Amino acid sequence: MSYAGAEIPAVELVDVRPFASHRVLRRLLQRPVAVVALCVILTIYTAGILAPWAAPHGFREVDLSNPFAGPSVEHPFGTDRLGRDMFSRTMWSAQTTVLISVAAFVSGSLVLGVSAGLLSGYAGGRVDSVIMRAGDGFASVPTILLLLIINATLRDRVVDVFRDIEDITGIDGLVSSGAPSYFLVSVGLAIFGWVGMARLIRSQTMALRQSNYVMAARAAGASVWRILGRHLLPNVSHLIVVSLTAGLGAAGLAEIGLTFLGIGVQAPHPSFGVMIFEGSGLTNLRAHPQLMLVPASVIVSLFLSFNLLGDVLTDIMSPRRR
Amino acid sequence: MRGLAGYIVRRLLLLPVILLAVSAITFTLGRLAPVDYVEVQAGTRATPETIERVREARGLNDPVYEQYIRYMGNVLQGDLGDSVRYRGSKVQDVIFPRLWVTVQYNAIVLVLTFAIAIPAGTWAALKRGTWLDPFSIGIFVLLAAVPVLVWIPTLQWLLSVKLGVLPCCGWSVNQRIDDASGVELGVLSKNIILPVLILTLPSVAGVARYMRAQVLEVLDQDYVRTARAKGLEEFAIVFRHIIRNALLPIVTILSFDLAALISGSIFVETLIGIPGIGAYTFESIGSRDYDSIMAIVLLGSAAFMLANLLADIAYGFVDPRIRVGGEVGA
Repeated sequence: MSYAGAEIPAVELVDVRPFASHRVLRRLLQRPVAVVALCVILTIYTAGILAPWAAPHGFREVDLSNPFAGPSVEHPFGTDRLGRDMFSRTMWSAQTTVLISVAAFVSGSLVLGVSAGLLSGYAGGRVDSVIMRAGDGFASVPTILLLLIINATLRDRVVDVFRDIEDITGIDGLVSSGAPSYFLVSVGLAIFGWVGMARLIRSQTMALRQSNYVMAARAAGASVWRILGRHLLPNVSHLIVVSLTAGLGAAGLAEIGLTFLGIGVQAPHPSFGVMIFEGSGLTNLRAHPQLMLVPASVIVSLFLSFNLLGDVLTDIMSPRRR
Repeated sequence: MRGLAGYIVRRLLLLPVILLAVSAITFTLGRLAPVDYVEVQAGTRATPETIERVREARGLNDPVYEQYIRYMGNVLQGDLGDSVRYRGSKVQDVIFPRLWVTVQYNAIVLVLTFAIAIPAGTWAALKRGTWLDPFSIGIFVLLAAVPVLVWIPTLQWLLSVKLGVLPCCGWSVNQRIDDASGVELGVLSKNIILPVLILTLPSVAGVARYMRAQVLEVLDQDYVRTARAKGLEEFAIVFRHIIRNALLPIVTILSFDLAALISGSIFVETLIGIPGIGAYTFESIGSRDYDSIMAIVLLGSAAFMLANLLADIAYGFVDPRIRVGGEVGA
């Protein structure tokens, strides 16, 4: 899975086995690295989820009398050029990261990827070739280029669609809540995010297709959907768990990259991408490096934790490694 | 056709098909944007009638598929269209000099990556069981976790602002070795260090981790034990038996690395101000420069697909157990 900005190395899944979840959790908690990583991820995700209630200030609360303030009790991370509270903005940015990476991962990898993989691996034949050739197509273009184009060209159209939805349903504030850009970024990531998961699930499904329990289910007259959902899905779910960290990390990073280039989440909605962008530039780097260092250290610790947790998870679940 | 040759031919035949699909999608997406380049260029001064006249003259009011067919016809004759940002220039005249800039420093990044990562990964694997192994792995993981867009301002801050040892930005088109000869400094100037550093650091970390895993795999093989048992020098074991066998699969990481470089170049060039293809991509999207966007997407996809194909073929050579064209790995 490669998106904008950096590579999150794909985990090696060759030997990963199905597992009892409580056993994996117990072994996970025995590794200090995993515990620390898990804590960091949970802290940042919780901060994001709780931002609407827990953030001391709103993300658009401007205080022009107090720009570029240093850390204080009122503003633990200081304020930016418009006097907005950096601590609150960090929380709101974490919310953006959580929303988009979860939405993109769930719709792309989980829904599209897993069902395409199951279907492709179980049906074989023409269904398999169509799905897999489509996947080859998606995998063979540099994702970042098409993400850039999709986000740059379709945004105004999506805003129009959301306006229409507002008019028809009478719901107010959809457009002003920033929903269109969140929607567009997530959909773009999902469109390109399903291929890796589909390939993974497909190869495992192909191996399980001939297994006795699937044969038995078929002999007993179970429908295709029942076999896929009740028999095959639980036996490939361990693959989903192992790719969870890489998938969430990659999607989050891609959003930050797109927003950094100015075509992801739109102002005034905060994102680590826009925070880093506003903090860089020579004048700010020279006078107020904390504007860049605060968001940078948050996202580095988040992605570092994702990588470490992913490594440990793979390690625990594959018997070949030490 | 069976075997490797047939596989290569099939993949090469698939290439134009995918390129055609990608170009059609990109073309349509470009036309879907509500603001076209005529409006962007016209600014506030032009009257709607003028804008409409220009659109009509350039064929922008025709159905999208007609425009697409006309465009592809031109491309087949080697004409990539007109650049909008650089009026009066053909896209091919604008793109290739910029591509050359990007290729120059990216080539340095690739060479450096492999020159550093292969020894570093091997070394980390050979130190298995000592404190140096988790230490070096920790460094690799940390370096890989820092995204390019964090490396850029951080290194600018550290090296240009704090230490003042490197120029923060720009590209040395006008710096010359001496005034008399007028030879351009190009890649020899100090300006190249920062972008190369920014792209190399995460790339090294990724390749070194992979190399370490490969060496660990080889270390436990029987032939290494045999070499040790027959009393071969450690030096010979490492170079002739371990590195040589661990090195082959590394080829496959090349295409992965290329994808990272393509996206990395967009960030680096936009922020550091390098007149390469990455910055041009970003500019073209901003100014709705359809023909340039199309050319970049087509070139990028073709290069990316060829790299993937090479990696797959290399994989087949490296590990004959893998049935080419079937399931590669898991």
